[in-house]
Amino acid sequence: MSAEASPPGRPPGRVAILGAIRRHLRRGALPEDQAAMLRARLAAHPRHLIPARSRLSRAGQVALFIANVEKEFGSVARLADARAVPGAIADYLAQQNLPSEIVMAPHPELREIPWAERPLLKLRAGRAEASDLVSLQQGFAAIAETGTLMLPAAPERPTTVNLLADTALVLLRASRIVGAYEEAWDLLRAERRDPLTGGFMPRNVMLVTGPSRSADIEQTLELGAHGPRRLHILLLDDDEAARATPESVPK
Amino acid sequence: MLQASPRVALFVTCLVDLHRPTVGFAAIRLLEQAGCQVEVPRAQTCCGQPAYNSGDRETARDLARSILEAFGGYDYVVVPSGSCGGMLRHHLPTLFEDDPNLRARAEALAERTHELVSFLTDVMGLERVAGAASGTVTYHDSCSGLRELGIKAQPRRLLTGLGLTIKEMAEPEVCCGFGGTFCVKYPEISTRMVADKAADIAQSGAETLLAGDLGCLLNMAGRLKREGSAVKARHVAEVLAGMTGAVPPIGEAG
Amino acid sequence: MLSTSPAFKENAHKAIADVGLQKALTRTKPHFQGRRAKAVEALPEFERLREIGRDIKNHTLANLDFYLETWAGNVERAGGQVHWCATADDARAAVLGICERVGAKTVTKGKSMISEELGINEHLEQHGITPVETDLGEYILQLRREPPSHIIAPAFHLNREDWEESFRRAHTDLPADRVFRERRDILTEARAKLRARFLAADVGITGANFLIAETGSSVIVTNEGNGDLTQTLPRVHIVLASIEKMVPTLEDATNMLRLLARSATGQDFSVYTTFSTGVRREGDLDGPEEYHVILLDNGRSAMLGTEFQDMLRCIRCAACMNHCPVYGVVGGHAYGWVYPGPMGAVLTPTLIGIDQAGNLPNASTFCGKCESVCPVKIPLPKMMRHWREREFERHLTPGAVRTNLALWGFVARRPGLYRLATRIGAGVLGWLGRRRGRLSRFPFAGGWTAGRDLPTPEGETFFARYASEQRGKRGRA
Repeated sequence: MSAEASPPGRPPGRVAILGAIRRHLRRGALPEDQAAMLRARLAAHPRHLIPARSRLSRAGQVALFIANVEKEFGSVARLADARAVPGAIADYLAQQNLPSEIVMAPHPELREIPWAERPLLKLRAGRAEASDLVSLQQGFAAIAETGTLMLPAAPERPTTVNLLADTALVLLRASRIVGAYEEAWDLLRAERRDPLTGGFMPRNVMLVTGPSRSADIEQTLELGAHGPRRLHILLLDDDEAARATPESVPK
Repeated sequence: MLQASPRVALFVTCLVDLHRPTVGFAAIRLLEQAGCQVEVPRAQTCCGQPAYNSGDRETARDLARSILEAFGGYDYVVVPSGSCGGMLRHHLPTLFEDDPNLRARAEALAERTHELVSFLTDVMGLERVAGAASGTVTYHDSCSGLRELGIKAQPRRLLTGLGLTIKEMAEPEVCCGFGGTFCVKYPEISTRMVADKAADIAQSGAETLLAGDLGCLLNMAGRLKREGSAVKARHVAEVLAGMTGAVPPIGEAG
Repeated sequence: MLSTSPAFKENAHKAIADVGLQKALTRTKPHFQGRRAKAVEALPEFERLREIGRDIKNHTLANLDFYLETWAGNVERAGGQVHWCATADDARAAVLGICERVGAKTVTKGKSMISEELGINEHLEQHGITPVETDLGEYILQLRREPPSHIIAPAFHLNREDWEESFRRAHTDLPADRVFRERRDILTEARAKLRARFLAADVGITGANFLIAETGSSVIVTNEGNGDLTQTLPRVHIVLASIEKMVPTLEDATNMLRLLARSATGQDFSVYTTFSTGVRREGDLDGPEEYHVILLDNGRSAMLGTEFQDMLRCIRCAACMNHCPVYGVVGGHAYGWVYPGPMGAVLTPTLIGIDQAGNLPNASTFCGKCESVCPVKIPLPKMMRHWREREFERHLTPGAVRTNLALWGFVARRPGLYRLATRIGAGVLGWLGRRRGRLSRFPFAGGWTAGRDLPTPEGETFFARYASEQRGKRGRA
């Protein structure tokens, strides 16, 4: 392999590694027809087995999502519409004895909330800083299967807002709750265009399931390791079908 | 294709031959009660695991070849050990990857080979064995029998059928630390493992420890006796064949 | 990292005598085994997901060159840079090069076993750069200058007193008489200390659980959120990933993620599963301006096409060590290098040589529990046996073992001689044990009788008794 000169623009490490892989697989570079098959697989990105647990009615999926968030030590408040958000946040912060300064992702959906009705809430739109105690994020989608939020990075959805505050609030529309991860990927594929790559994948996608925790000290669970200690989801009931009575949700 | 009276070759195993012949006679009795004609091929020694698991494939292959010679032509080969049974069923064919002829013979042998208790229940369709017994037993699931051959419910079903009460350990499926040459190469680790096992056996409250593998039994009985435990250790075949009167428990004098 | 694998037996001896370690092991076992069992039971499709996981990895490995090139193209499109590192030296140089170019003084780190494999911390320190481990377990190990003893719970071997003692010794700016009432107080102190380090860091280094060809992403999975802070706050993000972390698509990664947390901690899903793809985009308010992947081979490509290829499916969940009875007795440090337990027993000899790590694949009873819980169905015992074969072929097996094996093999190949030898052996041993049915001491089995009695044989071999019974039958007939 060492005899093979590295082609211009191809660093020697790359030539060495790819060469070693091919040598040990006892073949050269893949013939074009096989490469085309693999490209087709990438383009089709076939789904595998999706567990049956999230194959529920809309109302069932929302109920499963809530049950899973609570199982993972998060909490959920169901709200009729966006007008109820300021009051719900004020109540939650009062209940938890938390200050009313909030760093808010600069997302249009959050900006449009009638904050003026609760003048005591002090909001700052932008990225989070280490001194922020409470943050409010906009949820892109959520996955009922495990009670997981999908939070793709964007100018209007900074990653630091997911991480730095002690208490993380997330606004989520019930219509954005899907059953399985695969459906959330499809939403991302359909709705996002990345300005840099032209693809759909943003710089960062966080899948968040409950508040931060660690079991490193004597294998005993403690919440709030480096990220938020509390994760509270404000769930807007914007989905007619999701308001029906759900089938029973497996515990 | 179950014949009325299948011809069964007994693979005695080296440990039963050397250490506890009664297990072999118990196996013969159980097989005959189940309607088999039992033969014991003379030319057998060992299944080859000591060599195979030490990386000595050449010796393992030589022994495997003589097993193919000695055990050809029977309807079934039955082994009173999950470990040696697993060797014949799963590993023997892999010794002949470069020899299609021997490999095919090894695969044919593997298909006809069974561990004793699972042979009685799964192949001969036995629901229960003759006789009756009383008392409490705990059953150790030997690793190869459990994970390579799926032996779990079969011995318990037959034991309960005799009238015995099974008192389970907290972790009947955890390795006892025997591991063939392992207990010789790493005696200190092996001792800790068998000490944990003995504690689990003791807390089960059973009077008797049973298992289907003599290696594990020698290890566990040796530890129980060292600790001064009153728990008796026996091979499951002795109990199923009603031969507990023929031999004292393992590690005890008559 | 320097290996102490050749001293496995002495390491194990110390581990068995270590009261604190034994307490930790007792505590940890039900934690991991019980939780995994519950999570698996709650997902009826788990077995099928394991088979799919195995197949995805096999497909990827068979086409690894294609997927690596596709992935690298996508990384570069997203403004990232791939550093192809054939050896550990190449990788260390690449990491240092980046850190020095950007003038880094402090580097924060997420948990990465590749970092341990490469000895990144030592390398950076030698060049005047301060690495700061931010995973809670790795943080205390760094304070204590100890290697991890487990691949997902690096400090499981420490007890609460160890944490308190280390924190008092390291955090001298805090009042010496402060009281740690609960575990929570330890956590709070670590959080405050590390928050300051996150904000000050110039470079963040993380590992990767997966690389995704379709999107050019790297994936990390954590519960603490330290990996996310590590890669979000500094100006430069460096990912350490080995070539076998590859999967083709997000859907493939999703199947692996359904297996990973359940197998590792018994969680349905980890708290933070994060997909990173390139640099901060225009208009973004946070995220790194540089994104580098150190793509490491370090002996892995040489496992392809060999009996060890299946090991490259490993997703580092630690289920094998969590369920291993040998690991459960000796813990992780006894194995003497980065990767302990069954996966380490197979992987370590490929990375540091079987002459160094020969003990590891031998220290197994082949109980098979590891294979039965492996989320990608790696036949770990089979591969440990393959290592023993290579050892035997290279005459690395200890001399006494070889001699005994040769002697035994000679006799076992000759049934007549074998019959004679066993008759004598059974007779002598049976006679020695005639009074008690066992021996408490036996010169040829000192290891055995150190911890247990040796039950003695009935006295007559099966074949001798069988022959005389057959003669009796014929005589009567």
